[in-house]
Amino acid sequence: MIVSVNGDSQEVMENASVADLLQLLELNAAHVAVEVNRELIPREQHQQYRLSAGDQLEIVTLVGGG
Amino acid sequence: MNDDKNVSPSSVDPLARYVRQSLFAPLGTEGQERLQASRALICGCGALGSVAANTLARAGVGKLRIVDRDFLELNNLQRQVLFDENDVAAGIPKAVAAQQRLAQINSQVEVEAVVADVDYRNVLQLFDDVDVVLDGTDNFETRFLLNDAAIKTKTPWIYGGCIGAEGQTMSIVPDRTACLRCLMRESPPPGTTPTCDTAGILGPIINVIASIESCEAIKILAGRWDAVSDVLNVIDLWDNRIRQINLSSLRDAGDCPTCHQLQFPWLEGARGGQSAVLCGRNSVQLTFEQEAKLSLERLAEKLKTVGKVKANAFLLRLEVDGFQLTVFPDGRAIIGGTEDITEAKTVYAKYIGH
Repeated sequence: MIVSVNGDSQEVMENASVADLLQLLELNAAHVAVEVNRELIPREQHQQYRLSAGDQLEIVTLVGGG
Repeated sequence: MNDDKNVSPSSVDPLARYVRQSLFAPLGTEGQERLQASRALICGCGALGSVAANTLARAGVGKLRIVDRDFLELNNLQRQVLFDENDVAAGIPKAVAAQQRLAQINSQVEVEAVVADVDYRNVLQLFDDVDVVLDGTDNFETRFLLNDAAIKTKTPWIYGGCIGAEGQTMSIVPDRTACLRCLMRESPPPGTTPTCDTAGILGPIINVIASIESCEAIKILAGRWDAVSDVLNVIDLWDNRIRQINLSSLRDAGDCPTCHQLQFPWLEGARGGQSAVLCGRNSVQLTFEQEAKLSLERLAEKLKTVGKVKANAFLLRLEVDGFQLTVFPDGRAIIGGTEDITEAKTVYAKYIGH
């Protein structure tokens, strides 16, 4: 199924969790914040939170320059 | 010259120069007076810090303490608005150059320049007596230290970070908002994040993020708490995307080691890197608590535009600006060409990132 990640289409397995998606994108949950349909998903829920087709995700990696 | 007396800022009503600002109803004269009685710490005076210092000095914040460990270079001028070519030629520290420039901009503001590396030993002293802290740092280790110190001392602070054309900022008010550690549990391992010296940085995003930081500071210093933002702003000026992430669920989760459990490992010196001068070798070794698993090949690719770089499976060597950096896969590094720990940390933060 297709979800949207930071405005771009992303193919994921049916029933994929937020944790599955992070693994697919090679992102460490400790370093990112994940929002699904404008709702921030706490880290502890990444495993059980199942994505649905068409979900709009924002994955924010903090940036460090300045 | 004869007219100087008539326009001397000290001879007129001290509020006169701020009239366009105090006319703004949510601030008002009372808010302006509060600003003038307030004190801000600007931590790091590179790009974000110099824009924030400029804005807050012009706005009439009573006292600014500016701390920075670095010296000016020509490639800073593209975005670090307080400085000019004379400052680069003079080779003076950024904090001192900022103090000199700000004295010309607004002589009513007291500016204290501190040339130092912010670490767990001096951070509470720097926080002493300040009402807000603005982030102008270039690395996460210092930000986690600032977050610890801010929660411990109940001092509001404003995170800001930029890379490329993207920037982020978030206001952290102890007991009111989520903190940096609510948002991100760990600082990213060394060498895994892009830096301004490897991925580049555009001036406009600095101005946007530092301006938001400054306005948040003005609200806090004027006591306009209801106007303080409780979202993470994520702005990309190249892809034209502006996002706001609502952080209230993080604050409500109530499980943050820092702002709920009041553990301050960075402040206690239990977290964060170690550094040691390697005697007789004109080198400094830097180690990091978060062990990285760096792909040296990928890092070499990133650094090839920066200087002369060679890598194998065991180590990477970069020659840049008269320094020789030897970086190991766990993030540890030996910075050759200096025995100054602060300088070595600056070079590491610039090219490897932590």
